[in-house]
Amino acid sequence: MKLTLRIWRQASPEAKGKMQKYTLDDVEPDMSFLEMLDVLNEKLVLDDKDPVSFDHDCREGICGSCGMVINGNAHGPQKFTTTCQLHMRHFNDGDTIDIEPWRAKAFPVVKDLVVDRSAFDEIIKSGGYISVNTGSAPEAHAIPVDKVSADDAFDAATCIGCGACVAACPNGSSMLFTAAKVTHLGLLPQGQPERATRAINMLATQDELDFGGCTNVGACHEVCPKGIPLASIAQLNHDVLGATLTGARSD
Amino acid sequence: MSDLFRPELQQEPTATQGEGRYVVGDPIADTRAPDSPIGDRWADRKFSARLVNPANRRKMSVIVVGTGLAGGAAAATLGEAGYHVKSFCYQDSPRRAHSIAAQGGINAAKNYRYDGDSVHRLFYDTVKGGDFRSRESNVHRLAEVSLNIIDQCVAQGVPFAREYSGLLDTRSFGGTQVSRTFYARGQTGQQLLLGAYQALERQIGAGTVEMHPRTEMLDLIVVDGKARGIVTRNLFNGQIETHLADAVILCSGGYGNVYYLSTNAKGSNVTAAWRAHKRGALFANPCYTQIHPTCIPVSGEYQSKLTLMSESLRNDGRVWVPKERGDDRNPNDIPEDERDYYLERQYPAFGNLVPRDIASRAAKNMCDAEHGVGPGGLGVYLDFKDAIERLGRPAVEAKYGNLFEMYQRITGDDPYEVPMRIYPAIHYTMGGLWVDYDLRSTIPGLFVGGEANFSDHGANRLGASALMQGLSDGYFVLPTTVADYLADAPFDAVPDDHPAVQEAVESTRERIDKLLSANGHRTVDSFHRELGQLVWDQCGMARSKEGLEKALDRIPSLREEFWRDVKIVGTGDGFNQSLEKANRVADFLELAELMCLDALHREESCGGHFRVESQTEDGEAQRDDENFSYVAAWEYTGENQRPVLHKEDLEFSYVHPSQRSYK
Repeated sequence: MKLTLRIWRQASPEAKGKMQKYTLDDVEPDMSFLEMLDVLNEKLVLDDKDPVSFDHDCREGICGSCGMVINGNAHGPQKFTTTCQLHMRHFNDGDTIDIEPWRAKAFPVVKDLVVDRSAFDEIIKSGGYISVNTGSAPEAHAIPVDKVSADDAFDAATCIGCGACVAACPNGSSMLFTAAKVTHLGLLPQGQPERATRAINMLATQDELDFGGCTNVGACHEVCPKGIPLASIAQLNHDVLGATLTGARSD
Repeated sequence: MSDLFRPELQQEPTATQGEGRYVVGDPIADTRAPDSPIGDRWADRKFSARLVNPANRRKMSVIVVGTGLAGGAAAATLGEAGYHVKSFCYQDSPRRAHSIAAQGGINAAKNYRYDGDSVHRLFYDTVKGGDFRSRESNVHRLAEVSLNIIDQCVAQGVPFAREYSGLLDTRSFGGTQVSRTFYARGQTGQQLLLGAYQALERQIGAGTVEMHPRTEMLDLIVVDGKARGIVTRNLFNGQIETHLADAVILCSGGYGNVYYLSTNAKGSNVTAAWRAHKRGALFANPCYTQIHPTCIPVSGEYQSKLTLMSESLRNDGRVWVPKERGDDRNPNDIPEDERDYYLERQYPAFGNLVPRDIASRAAKNMCDAEHGVGPGGLGVYLDFKDAIERLGRPAVEAKYGNLFEMYQRITGDDPYEVPMRIYPAIHYTMGGLWVDYDLRSTIPGLFVGGEANFSDHGANRLGASALMQGLSDGYFVLPTTVADYLADAPFDAVPDDHPAVQEAVESTRERIDKLLSANGHRTVDSFHRELGQLVWDQCGMARSKEGLEKALDRIPSLREEFWRDVKIVGTGDGFNQSLEKANRVADFLELAELMCLDALHREESCGGHFRVESQTEDGEAQRDDENFSYVAAWEYTGENQRPVLHKEDLEFSYVHPSQRSYK
């Protein structure tokens, strides 16, 4: 396949970026999208040009490192697919492909397609855990968890923290990310003691960072490679409202 | 280090191959395990470990490199205890460490199934599974601690699979006959890692842990014989920095990427461990690498990594090849009586569930005999037709749905309709830095946990045991043994301009400058690919004297070519991913040589190390306990100098070595 690529190039966080055009003549349908970029980068290096920087690591859709906006879609055209698992067979010979970094105020560009997503760690730090020190756990079977809750908790827990939800949201909101963790932990009996404060604190942190507010657009769920349910956001709102009504303290 | 060795135990070298390429040094006499009955050793060690007054802990600092299961858990737990912890990872967030990609599950001897499991059986299975090349004391502790791990993870909110009763579900996993594997669909590693990551973030919030993401360790700082810090490169801005502490823990993962194509993450590397090795830590059993039988085969030259399909698939999938050589019919058109379910045929007792090394080698043998399927004949079928008929599609979907989706996404084939094609790939490395019972390396103050150490899996790791070992080291072992070491701390402050610090920084800078100034004609990846192919061919699934010697002759010249002809665009003063890769590949080029030498000197087959010269009549691995029942711990003696081999004899008092049989 022959492809024309238009890729966002930005040398540093302060530098001005622009779309740059490249052509590739020998793309094979079984290549992954990132392997296609590898081929481009090998060519660029041999031409003494700076290769395109992009985050990637496991290349099997679970670490959440990779992510780029492909033809206007976060992670590209395939549903439930991270960029690293997207294969070139979903494109056609002669296509022009636009490749951009996540665009969100809370995710400043580091270089080219690499962005800084440390704001996600800040949100988790503010309450996305169950406070149990090592060694203090009761026997695992002491607290049964009904299967439905366990399965729903799992579905929310599959979030890989890639940031596609934020990139797709017109408000640049991280609501789905925050809600996924609040839902995962809030559905389990182990998560109950901190349920109210967790929801309040994580939401407050999200608001303090550069994320926008949620207006229930739903674009986040559409692009989520793990299909985190939109209902998680309702769960978060429910927990925050409940916490507010019962006067849970956020400290 | 000197009290570790006992020259009077010096024996005549037994191995002759590779002679002249290394020197035999003093044997390792003592692993510092308590001298009590095996079931009491860990309890005794915990009691004898000295404690540190809680008020003093915040004055003591610990560096933890890596945020996977071992590193993340150790940093969080030491933070909870009140030590001042500095945690480092090369990824942009600690949540992305490669433990996240583990699919299948985690073993624990809970015996919730009442199917005859026990701590002793898990211990026994692990020693046997490791082909009698692991240390009994360590493995027994691992089996004991497995119980605590499940409790801890459940309390953290890890959403393990459950039954309708609300109790935890378990399944059986490659190489065992009991159901002791706990799992969270096909994403167990992810869920366990997120548990550790969340515990770590909680400590970062509490101020006990200082997190340094996108920061890569490039050297170890050793002052007066003790590990006192690390040199790092800030991957955002390229700055070379030093971090000093009272102790250093490396949990930096395995070295599978030496093969270029592996199931490891692209960034996984040996650099932290290798630099520690060059500063004096012994490197043990580098030739013990694990090849996972169920990966998606290579599709072309551009291939950048291999994807593993959890071996839990072998619980219900049946492995077969066409009986006829070169049969390229659509698999669905090949009738039952023309299929060879070779694992079920050769190993009737374990069938498709034989351990990984055996399943991998059997697939290779089938492909070597031209029964392989798919491009290049490098694949075998894994078929779910019977399982779908027996259990129904919804049940198969519930168990393996995400794996089937992943397979379809990568290959374009639907495994509900067409059998999967699988082929072995490098997946895990059992070798690593040598550690004693306390996970101390041979450099005082340097501890090593998780895949980065060599400790628990012998020559072959059983499925679902890597997660167990990572968390055992991180949550339970290191916090106890590091505290014992810190009972003597804080040590004398090391000034930033100490000669040892300056030397480490200078040599790191020089190395980077040298890489950047080569300005040659080949990319980093082209060297890495060539090295990977060479090591895969000669030190992969089957190894021979001839092949290993060929590799040993080629690697130094490839290394020389790399330093002379590598091309890296850009500078060291900013974000530069080519430079990051080059730093890692430079170390793989050194490690590869030690791997091949270790493989050459070990003239026996054991576990993942299969020497073609040492096999039984029916092609199974033939161990040589008389001559090779030892850990090979290698000492670095300088560039292009012969390494020194220190042997740690393995004693088996509880599990009697036998020829493994899964027939």
